[in-house]
Parts: sequence; structure tokens; C-alpha cells
Amino acid sequence: MQKITEKHLAEKAKDLLSQGKVSAVLGWRRGEFDYDVTPALFTDADEIENGLVYNCFCGANLSKYLVSKIRAVEGRMLVFLKPCDTYSINQLFTEHRVDREKVYIVGIPCNGMADITKIRNAVGEGITGVSGDECLRVETLYSDEPAELCLADVMSERCVNCKSKKHVAYDELLGDEGEVLDSHRFDEVERIERMSPDERFAFWQRELSRCIRCNACRDACPACTCEVCVFNNPASGVESKAPVNEFEEKMFHIIRAFHVAGRCTDCGECSRVCPQNIPLHLLNRKLIKDMNECYGEYQAGEAVGGVSPLTDYTAEDGEPGDLIRRRDTDA
Amino acid sequence: MQRIGVFVCWCGSNIAGTVDVKQVAKALESEPGVVFSTDYQYMCSKSGQDMIKDAVRDHRLTGIVVCSCSPRMHEATFRKTASAAGLNPYMVEIANVREQCSWVHKDIIIGTQKAIILGRAAVAKVNLNAPLTPGESPVTKRALVIGGGIAGIQTALDIADAGFEVDIVEKKPTIGGKMAQLDKTFPTLDCAACILTPKMVDAAQHEKIRIFSYSEVSSVGGFVGNFTVSIRKKARYVNEDICTGCGACVDKCPMKKVPNEFNLGMDNRRAIYIPFAQAVPKVATIDPNACNMLKNGKCGVCAKVCTAGAIDYTQKDEYIEEKYGAIVVATGFDPISLDKFDEYAYNNSKDVITSLEFERLTNAAGPTQGKLLRPSDGKHPEKIVFVQCVGSRCSSCSEKGKEYCSKICCMYTAKHAMLTRDKYPDTEVYVFYIDVRTPGKSFDEFYRRAVEDYGVKYIKGSVGKIVPEGEKLVVQGSDLLNNRQVVIDADLVVLAAAIEPDKSARPLATMLTASMDTNDFFTEAHPKLRPVESPTAGVFLSGACQGPKDIPETVSQASAAAAKVIGLLSKDKLVGNPCVASSDELMCNGCSSCERVCPYGAITYEDKEFRMPDRTVRVRRVAKVNPAVCQGCGCCTVACPSGAMDLRGFKNDQIMAEVDAICK
Repeated sequence: MQKITEKHLAEKAKDLLSQGKVSAVLGWRRGEFDYDVTPALFTDADEIENGLVYNCFCGANLSKYLVSKIRAVEGRMLVFLKPCDTYSINQLFTEHRVDREKVYIVGIPCNGMADITKIRNAVGEGITGVSGDECLRVETLYSDEPAELCLADVMSERCVNCKSKKHVAYDELLGDEGEVLDSHRFDEVERIERMSPDERFAFWQRELSRCIRCNACRDACPACTCEVCVFNNPASGVESKAPVNEFEEKMFHIIRAFHVAGRCTDCGECSRVCPQNIPLHLLNRKLIKDMNECYGEYQAGEAVGGVSPLTDYTAEDGEPGDLIRRRDTDA
Repeated sequence: MQRIGVFVCWCGSNIAGTVDVKQVAKALESEPGVVFSTDYQYMCSKSGQDMIKDAVRDHRLTGIVVCSCSPRMHEATFRKTASAAGLNPYMVEIANVREQCSWVHKDIIIGTQKAIILGRAAVAKVNLNAPLTPGESPVTKRALVIGGGIAGIQTALDIADAGFEVDIVEKKPTIGGKMAQLDKTFPTLDCAACILTPKMVDAAQHEKIRIFSYSEVSSVGGFVGNFTVSIRKKARYVNEDICTGCGACVDKCPMKKVPNEFNLGMDNRRAIYIPFAQAVPKVATIDPNACNMLKNGKCGVCAKVCTAGAIDYTQKDEYIEEKYGAIVVATGFDPISLDKFDEYAYNNSKDVITSLEFERLTNAAGPTQGKLLRPSDGKHPEKIVFVQCVGSRCSSCSEKGKEYCSKICCMYTAKHAMLTRDKYPDTEVYVFYIDVRTPGKSFDEFYRRAVEDYGVKYIKGSVGKIVPEGEKLVVQGSDLLNNRQVVIDADLVVLAAAIEPDKSARPLATMLTASMDTNDFFTEAHPKLRPVESPTAGVFLSGACQGPKDIPETVSQASAAAAKVIGLLSKDKLVGNPCVASSDELMCNGCSSCERVCPYGAITYEDKEFRMPDRTVRVRRVAKVNPAVCQGCGCCTVACPSGAMDLRGFKNDQIMAEVDAICK
């Protein structure tokens, strides 16, 4: 199998630009450090040659950026999508948030993304450079010798539990077609389910009380693309509602989990961008797991036009009460 | 700021018995916006309503809260009162302190507390109420009757006699339904055909009635007064307008071994057939599953012998689209399948038959020309056992039967038993029963005649097993009154199979968005006070599709449904419900969630230009609600992820205010 690197991406992008098939390219650019890669829009070959990167820090799901960026672009826009990102874009197509005709999707392989927090935990502060793919060389201010780390050891949680290496939407693939994986993504949810209500409350209290309401989770979430977010809307009555206690403010996350329920593709961007490292994806996974158990397996974004079990009724649908009863009898 | 009046009703002792109404009135007096609060014995009485009108005038009220019974009972009453006092009727809210409070609580302290909370929520809501004005829509003066049995025929005749056009859609090649298959009818023993076929002819000849036989409803759109219905006329391969019903084609058709569904498969018909002599329309139909010409192009005899030239092998299904103001469902019933009832040996012995098959066996136009002969060997049965409640009144945990009583079996079994003894006095007749239910005019007298005058042997108890042994059927049952086991070696066993709604009812209910109960019977708008209306406006119920019924009851209900349809079609305009959904297009994402959950198809999307803050123009896909189609169910407001969809009269902030008031 040919290994796909950022060179291949750049070639493809320049090629399509020069042919006039696309008029802009959405990819990633290095930030101040190697590890703070950010989404970037490119419109000419030189920019791509010098700016486009693809490495284990390209976690950002470009589907979300597409929604706003594509409006300013005449013609089609090329977007590089990793397998899990393609689920998000399908969901956006389903919800008519992005016009399929305006997008040219190039599917790119992904071996998992690194979690900079895990790297910091391993080598300490002062990281000046990271290079390599499966084996990472990390240079720091405080050591002459770069530290060597295995990507597998510092992979972000969502990649450890990767649900799919298969691209569910693309116009063109770089590399080979992957497969849907048998992930263990609900194991952690099950662990929390087994807690007593008090333990569970304490767990979430502990996690959510760190929230600083920076709204990064909302801003990065591909399912959060409302024209006017309810939390920004003075007419909603919840915009600047004073919390009665410190936990009430954290209801924000529970409200958001319900807001995206049935539409969340479990891309894990919420947890990736959280500066406080709150495992927000667990809230979404809990709802996905409950829906699967109640209404049958459903993966949002698996196909365009997929109908979420929450906006569909069949005679076989279970009652949420049955689920709770079943769990009580099991316990 | 609203000026709200609170009126607490005693409902005699119904509310006042378990709720301290004076305390409720006093507590609500201090709620925000309330300027007047009082209580009275009967708020819905004329003097109660006058009290409200006077208060509106004297205290310049802008909103009203009535703490009384369910809004289903008197919301309309108090809205009219408000209207008469010069207020917008939608400025009235009802706090249900009877069904939700006094009737369910025994403790006056708890009852009073809850009544105050419910009142507080209603006050909080009225504070945010806005006057609403309903729209109007025209009425298409034509009715559709789905099902051409006795229920559908009677409804159609009554509507047509009132001067409105009616279409009957019948899925079989002829109208007439189950009644056409019956022999005699209880309790007067008229011959079913003698009283039904004139009505079939009346329907066919009525200038206001069109009959679409061999047709099905394929889609329903629109709303009360303005339904658009697509009707699929199945290809019968015979031109209905030319066919004279002479029957020459039937006589000559070489395919002679097609089970005759009209005789429940007890004899055969041809591939081209007329179901029975008095069929309406009396035209032939080719069964495409049996006809050689249609299957492999070999034959064509019927076309050769048809002097009228009516045979058309190339005929295709035809779709007709028509507008209707009202729709009557008259889809009727079927006996249940007895496949799961192995103990009765229905599938093992030809001589175990259902009651409907018995009707055909005793019918002069049936497979035996009315002679009661055993299907297995054509011999005259000397001992007949009737088993009642086969699949009826089963326990809820039983997998195979129905919980309900099928209602008609006691009477038709008495009829069968009596007629058998009358025609063949040498035949012994036994009836196994759980209870004999005869609550109808002249019904009990009829049953007693069967027992006392005709010597039918009624045995209280159930049959455990029927075993075919040689020519006999060994029936093992229990006689509960004598506390002993009974074994009867019968020649024929007749099972009174439970009846269930026709299979076409469920998909039809989905098309009509009409609700059904767990047994697939259509639900009425109110079991006592609106028994022939479906909760879906403009959809009415006639006959056994709503529940098991005998013929007299079916005909009464059919005429009642017709009266409701006539009332609707007599109106030139309908006043709509102003409590409909609307979308804030500035917030709408165009995601289609609302469209998917809307049970009425009221939501469409359009691309609309929006001027953005940066002076650019953006085209966005936004939801649009057709207020005439919207029934105000509110599903869309819940499904909308962006909070753009809201329901007038039940706006999100009103609901939140109610919740806040309850949780205060």
C-alpha cells in the first residue's frame, strides 16, 4: 500500500486547482508550533506548496469549517476529509447545511491523531518541535536529545476507539478504501452507567465544574451549525440566564448533548478542543448508545438522507422506560 | 401587562369536595397580573358565564383563567363567553382542577395545593398569551366513502340523498361487503340479500353516487374540507362501460379451478368471474393470477365470446385524483385467521368450519345451494357443535386471540343453531359458550327461542380439543354448570371466529393520519359524545372499522356518520384552528427535521433571499408551514434543533413560563 503524505495532498490540490475543477482548497496549516495545526483555506499553488500540512495533529474536522467558508467561494471547494470527518459531512448534506454540488471531497487515510496533552504528560512542558508519524520525535527546550514516543501511546481517545477507517463520502480517494471497525467506544459509557447515581453525579460534577464556558465545543461541533445559536439569542431566554448554583451552568453541556442527539456522528471534536479536557464526547456517546438500544443501531452520517430514530417512528420502537427497567433488572 | 381574572369553579362537590376553592381563589389573587379572583358553584352555567362577562367589563380584564374541568369539556364554552364579553377567545386558559386534581386526590390539603399550582401555571401562560385569529378555508362539496359494504352503502346513500356528491371506493370487484355473503339476519331472519341488494342497486343508480369498484385509495393529502385523494383503479381487463354482465365469458373460460373467495374457497370459480349474481357493478373481472392469457398469452377465449367486445387484456391500473371535503372510513372487518388455533383442528379437517363458511353453506346461492352438507363428503351432518368465542375474549397474555368481545357471535350462533334445528329437526345441535350476550332489541327473546322452542343444547364451558377420528370429530369440552367433562362425536364443528379490522385499515389510517387503537380499530374523537368522528378533522367512521358491530348498529352508525358529513359539507367555509406552528425564518436552518416529523405534511421548504448584516444577499432554505394543513400537534417545535419552530398559543416561552410557575 502506498503511503499517503502531505505531498500527495498538495499534488492533488494543485492539480485540481490548475484544471479549474475547484477554486479553493480547505486543508490544514502549521500554527506557531508543530502541534497547533489549524484549518486553512488555500486559493493558489504557492500557498499550498508552502503551507499545506498533513500530520498527526490534523485532528480538526474540516466539515464544520466548510459550512461558513464555502459561502464565500465561487465554484467548487476541495476539502480533505479523514474517514470520521466524512460522517460529519454526510450529516451536513442531510440537513441541507452544505450543497453537495459545491464540494469536492478528497478522502485521505488516517492512522490516528496525537493528543498533545498525552505528549506533554510524557515529555513535560517546553515542546519546541514534533516530527515523524508512527514514531514521534519530540524536541523540548529542556533536553538536547529529542524524546521518542510511539503514536499509539499518545493517540487521542477518539482514535484509540476509532469507529471507522471507511470514507462514507468522497469524490476521490487517496490511498485504499478502509473498513468500518469494531470499536470499543461504549466501554467507558458502560463503566459510568455502572456507577451509583451519587457516584455518577459526583463524576460529572467534577468534570463539568471545570468548564469555563469558552464555547469551543459548540464552535467546533459539526452538528452545531444553527443560524442563531440559542445561547447567543437574546430572545431565547437562556442566553444570559444567571445560574442558581455552579452546576446549573454546566447544564449547558447536557442541553447541547440533547440538541445534537440523533445528529451527532461521534467525531469527538468537542473533547479534542476542550481546553479543560472534559470528556464531553461521553455525553453524546451515552445518547447514541441509548438510541441504539431503544430503536436499533443507527450511525448518523453513514449515508446522506439517513433518518435519525428521533425523527422517525416505527412500530418496533422501544420505550425509553423499557430500557431503564431492563437495566434495573440486569443490575 | 395583562389584567387577568381568575374564576374557580366548584363543579358542585366534584371539585369543591376535595379542593378548598376559596383558598385557591385567594392564593391566585396575588399572582402577577391577576386583578380579580373569585369562585362559584357552576362556572359553566348561565349565571357563572354572566359572572365572567361582568368581571371582564367591571375590571377591564384582558385575560381569563378558569379553574374547572378538562378543557376538552368546557374550553369552547368559556372561549365563547370571552368572545361575547369582547375579549379574544384565545385569551382564555383552563386549569384542569377536576380530572387532574379533585378526582385523583382524596386529601383536601394536597388537592388544594395542586389546584393552586395548576392555576398559577395557567396564569403564567395567560400573561404571555396573544390574541389569535383563525383563518378560513373553503369546503369541497363532495364526500369519499372508503369501503362499499352495508356501512359504506348506507352512508353514501344518506349523503347523496341530502344532495351532495359521493364516491364509494371498494377494493373488491363488487360492493356489498360481508353482508352479501350472509344468509339470514338476526333477530328477524330476513334474507340478507333481499334487504341488501336493493340498497346496492339504489347506490349504483343514484345520480349523486359514483362507485369505484376494484379500486383502492393510494394516497391522501390535504385537510378537512380540502382533501386530495388519489384512487387506484386496478386493471380488471374488462371495459366496465361496455360489459353487460351477460356471463358468456365466465361460462366459456377454461380455467375452472380457481378457489372462489366469495364462497371462502369452498367451491371454484373461473379466471374471469362475476362474484355473485347480484353484483354491483355487474361486470366481469379477470383474475390476473389465474388467467392464462395474461400469464403467458395463451387462450383469449373470453375475448372471442364477448359480443360486446369488452375484454381488454392490455388494460393498466388507472389513477384518478379527486378532491373531497370529507372522508368516511367504512373498511369493515374480517374473521381472524385460525392458523394458531391448532386445538380446534381447523386446518386438519374440512368439517371444522368458521361461522362465515357456515353462512355460505346454508345460503341458497352458496356452494351447496343452501343444503347443509359436510364439506368433506357431502353427507348431511347429524350432530353439530358450535364453539363460541374462538379468539375472542382471550387473556391479554395470550399470543393468539383478541382481548375484546366480537359482539356479533352470540347472536349469529343462536341464529345458525335455530335455523339448523328448524330445517333439519333430526340434527342435534350443541353450543359451547362462555357467556351468552344478547343486549339488543329482541335479541334475548331470539336466543331464548333457540333454547326453549328449538331445543338447541347450550353448554356453558369451553372446548379444549377437537380431534378428527374417522368420519367423526371428537369434541372434548367442559360443562361448567354440571361440573363434568363432555365428549361429543360431532359431524360438523362451527367455530365462531373473532372478527378483526380489515387488513387495509392500518395503511389507510396512516394515509389519513387517523388514530387507531391497539387492535387496529379506528379511534373515535370521543367514545361517548363523538362516536362517529375520528380525531382527525374531516375523517368519519362508519361500521365495524371502529369496533365490532351487528347490522342494525352498523346501519345506525353509518347514517350518523352521514349526518356529520352533511353538516360539514353544508358549510361554505370552515374556520381553522389558529393554534398552528410557524417558523422564524431568521433562525431556521432548513435541516428538514420538522418536515420529517410532521404527520400532516404541512411543512414545505423554499429557498429565500436574505440580506445579511454585511449587506450581502444569501439564499437560504427555510421551512414554511401551511396553516390550513397544520393541526397544531407541536411535533415540529420539539424536533426543531434551532428553536425556529414555534406553536401559536403554545409558544415555547409560554410552556417554559408554565413549568417555571409549577416549579416555583
